[in-house]
Amino acid sequence: MKTVVCIKQVLQLGDEVEFTDDGLDVDPDYLDPALNEWDSFATEEALQLRERLGGEVVLVTCGSKASEAALRRCLAMGADRAIRIEGVARDPFSVARALAEVVSAENADLVLCGVQSSDAVQAATGTALAELLDLPCAAVVTKVDYDAGARTAVVDRELEGGLVDRVEIDTPAVLTIQTGINEPRYANLRAIKQAEQVEIDVRNAAGGGAPAYRVRKMFVPDRGEGAEMIDGSPAEIAARIASIVKERLV
Amino acid sequence: MSVLVVAEHLRGQIRDVTRELVTAGRELGPVTVAVIGQDPGSLVDAANIDGVAEIVTVTIGAGEFENDAYQAAVEALIADRKPRVTLLGFTVNSMGYGPAAAVKLGLGFASDVHGIALEGDAVVATRSFYGSKVNAELEFPGADGVMLLLRPTVWAPAEGRGSASVSSLEVAAPASRARHRELVEASTSSDVDITQADFLLSIGRGIGDKENVEMFKELAEKMGATLSVSRPLVDAGWMPSSRQVGQSGKTVKPSVYLAFGISGAVQHLAGMKASGTIIAVNTDPEAAIFNVAQYGVKADLFDVAEELEKLY
Repeated sequence: MKTVVCIKQVLQLGDEVEFTDDGLDVDPDYLDPALNEWDSFATEEALQLRERLGGEVVLVTCGSKASEAALRRCLAMGADRAIRIEGVARDPFSVARALAEVVSAENADLVLCGVQSSDAVQAATGTALAELLDLPCAAVVTKVDYDAGARTAVVDRELEGGLVDRVEIDTPAVLTIQTGINEPRYANLRAIKQAEQVEIDVRNAAGGGAPAYRVRKMFVPDRGEGAEMIDGSPAEIAARIASIVKERLV
Repeated sequence: MSVLVVAEHLRGQIRDVTRELVTAGRELGPVTVAVIGQDPGSLVDAANIDGVAEIVTVTIGAGEFENDAYQAAVEALIADRKPRVTLLGFTVNSMGYGPAAAVKLGLGFASDVHGIALEGDAVVATRSFYGSKVNAELEFPGADGVMLLLRPTVWAPAEGRGSASVSSLEVAAPASRARHRELVEASTSSDVDITQADFLLSIGRGIGDKENVEMFKELAEKMGATLSVSRPLVDAGWMPSSRQVGQSGKTVKPSVYLAFGISGAVQHLAGMKASGTIIAVNTDPEAAIFNVAQYGVKADLFDVAEELEKLY
């Protein structure tokens, strides 16, 4: 059983924002890197499949050397090896093309991606990757019941409103994994230290193909009036909240 | 500018998002609505919405949504009608095939789009990045067409009856590699129906630890509120999904929605922004929930909660 997990190091914006000189992105000084939350669930799902069926868990990411921190977090959880692809634009189609090249050579039984990344929320990379690999796809998966013998899996897709669509999918397949599907394990200190020593296989993207879009301008949205901010001591704030609640519930 | 809208339906009903797509589409040009299903004719009447010029039905074998059938149908529709813009809802079903069709056909693509503008013949889409803290305008140079997945509940649902012409398109059915088996209801072992509550006290990731749930449970009880939660608390197993507000949980509309430690992910806001009065307490002054709240508090949640408890 070989599972490839595609992960992303996301960038989180704090309280303040400045843009790059060309105005097309946020100044990196204002962004903090983190492992995409969905991807820790995808990694955990792959590790659980390996525990049940044996085999290997291979991580792939697109990003600069700094994004190796995200790979090492998943290595510390227990993944076997990691590949990083350099020089890829950040739009979902460019990422999917770069991933497809590497993932297709792995001949995996399953390819797992997070549903979406927290910094871009496109929910597109995994599905585009499935197309480029010519594999079936199930999006927003909350349960995987994999049958190695039959080369199928029965998966639950979480629709809006909590309704579940149960689907039988041929494998190999690409599944995009939803948060809450499992409980991602914490890595212990020893595993974290060991993961620091793992050599990461670095590749260069072949490039080519049109991006999904081109950013022409990034800006802080006009929030309109926004919320009326309540200031004061905690006691004063509480009193004001209580009076608003009382007034509105009549 | 020709526009193709792909209708979304579930259990024989057109979903609201379809009407929202029509509203967005008819501002751009003549709208063709595609109805893809086992018996699409039965949905033609519901799809005949004011502003729709044409309805095209595509018959597929599957009773409910299936990825491969939808993808093949949408690809055939785009090849046949050559729309400049194809609009889908930013929904779980669209996520499963939309990006696949777009990358295959070489279309420009963006999802969770909440604004569309035309500049001459060019489409400009607006969407958010970095936790909804910034917006970006996207363009699609060189693409033959554009596929946009629109954020639900942004455009008002189109009302009124249209006078659309109706035609059908034959599409060769691919062998389905992912077959629909059944729809399973979310667990109904619920102690409470949060959609019926007039006053919701809602807690999110900001409460930090599982041990703190109890404190807010007590506060809700004292204030006469029903406790609801955002998704991370359900994912962590701290609270049952019956209490979850948001796109994958419940859509609520209480008179008062008092939120502690909820930053306001788009999917959460979609489920509560229609509430009468929203009061949000958060430590991050840039939290997206302040965009929909009438009242905001930037303070330590526990200090405010403690003081509030003394008043009841």
